[in-house]
Amino acid sequence: MSMDDRDQHDPNEPDVSRRQFLRGLSGSLAASAVLATGVEAVPLSPPSPPEPLEPPLAVGPRIKGQVKVRLNVNGQVKTATVEPRTTLLNTLRDDLGLTGAKRICDRGSCGGCTVIADGETIYSCMMLAVDAQGKKITTVEGLGTPEAMSPLQAAFVDHDALMCGFCTPGFVMSCTSLLKHNPDPTETEVKEACAGNICRCGTYPRIFEAVLAAAKRMRGE
Amino acid sequence: MKAFELVNPTDVSGAVSALTAAGREGKLLAGGIDLLSEMKEYIATPSIVVNLKAVSGLNKIESSAKGLKIGALVTLSDIAKHPTIAAKYTALAEAAESVASPQIRHVGTLGGNLCQRPRCWYYRDEHVICLKKGGSKCYAIEGENEYHAILGGGPSYIVHPSDCAPALMVLGASVDISGPKGNRTVSLDKFFILPTENLYKENVLEVGEIVTHITVPAPAAGTTSHYLKIRHKESMDWALSGAAVALTAKAGKVTSAKVVLSGVAPVPWRSPEAEKALIGKQVTTAIADRAGAAAVAKAKPLGGNAYKVPLTRNVVRLAVLHAAGVKG
Repeated sequence: MSMDDRDQHDPNEPDVSRRQFLRGLSGSLAASAVLATGVEAVPLSPPSPPEPLEPPLAVGPRIKGQVKVRLNVNGQVKTATVEPRTTLLNTLRDDLGLTGAKRICDRGSCGGCTVIADGETIYSCMMLAVDAQGKKITTVEGLGTPEAMSPLQAAFVDHDALMCGFCTPGFVMSCTSLLKHNPDPTETEVKEACAGNICRCGTYPRIFEAVLAAAKRMRGE
Repeated sequence: MKAFELVNPTDVSGAVSALTAAGREGKLLAGGIDLLSEMKEYIATPSIVVNLKAVSGLNKIESSAKGLKIGALVTLSDIAKHPTIAAKYTALAEAAESVASPQIRHVGTLGGNLCQRPRCWYYRDEHVICLKKGGSKCYAIEGENEYHAILGGGPSYIVHPSDCAPALMVLGASVDISGPKGNRTVSLDKFFILPTENLYKENVLEVGEIVTHITVPAPAAGTTSHYLKIRHKESMDWALSGAAVALTAKAGKVTSAKVVLSGVAPVPWRSPEAEKALIGKQVTTAIADRAGAAAVAKAKPLGGNAYKVPLTRNVVRLAVLHAAGVKG
């Protein structure tokens, strides 16, 4: 359901550019000339210089086709070539190599793709990459590393707050944002912060435990 | 999602011209939660998307003695946490807070919440050409219809998905609309239209028209309001049934009552029957129950949604009691 063949290419845009096509054609014409005459064909004119390959920046009154977005992700400015229809999630995963945010439902229902944008959680599958420009994006990769986890990530491990782990980055982002806004949440507040994340393994009780324990540790208690 | 050209106007008139020029090929993008869902399912396949986000002046909440003026781009989370809205326009804050999940409320806008398309599973299925998509049949009538309309249905039985609309309607709100023929203000009571009037849209907006602001008059002294929503999945869901209630009372008696239901009809459903049962009365459990019974007196359930009749009766009863501050 989430991968649709029609998502891959604009049916109105050929996959091969006219120039590439002509290049291929002239090569095969030359080859057939060799076969026909037994004499190597001599190119009549030197090859023309390549067209600029850099797509335009995704700013301005009208944006179409391939464009370059500049995204502030985990404190670094990164660029990627996308189309207006490309979601932030697909850009993070497919272009920037940040696969922490997961593509599960791709419809804003499961929470696996949750990232923080300008301090608030969002579903990265429901935001266009071009609209994410100018926002400060944090993904799970921006929180900690396996060697130096954030206190919340460490609490997820300590409390065994995951089974398959596929939903975990989304929960970690929702709860990281919660603890930033509210360092001393009640269990109800933790549940409300997780309302947009689904765990099919059903590890909710351990997730809530882990968040409350991390909050306590971060408050220095 | 089909490829499209994204137009980024910086003012309302630019957005109106771009949308008008695009005609049926154009769609308006605000928060994008509903539009992107439709585009991913190929329910909407615009070749031009007009992005409202860069239009200035649409993301503010202005509060004065006269009332509220809310830009169409204000997010649901900003409405839910606004202290004046929570205190004086309580039903609206509660409705905004009840929408979907935190991630959606941080992005979803008030304008988008009012203009979102229905969630009927036949309508949302790309391969089902139902009545609303130019087909000849509303599949809900004989099909799986537990989430469909019990009031105002026919020939299509969708329910309107907005939570904020009922709350805004009981507070007497109206919308400011800009379009190719100029500006107009429409009371929310007259904004939504039944399938009998038009099968292919749920409101009066014409091609090229944009909701720019929502205005809410300051409630009269002695007014309280409440929005109650019952969901299948409590953490994040649309309403199975919901009720917004606003009551104005003088000397213990209701002088003005507004009751609007969500999740039960193709439009946010005003219930003059429930309102009549409350006016001139002192709210008691018996009166609140009478209002609930009146609200569903004309309900016509389909095969799978008869449960919505007693549910809605009780939702109205509880919302009235809560708005009146009476223990149920």
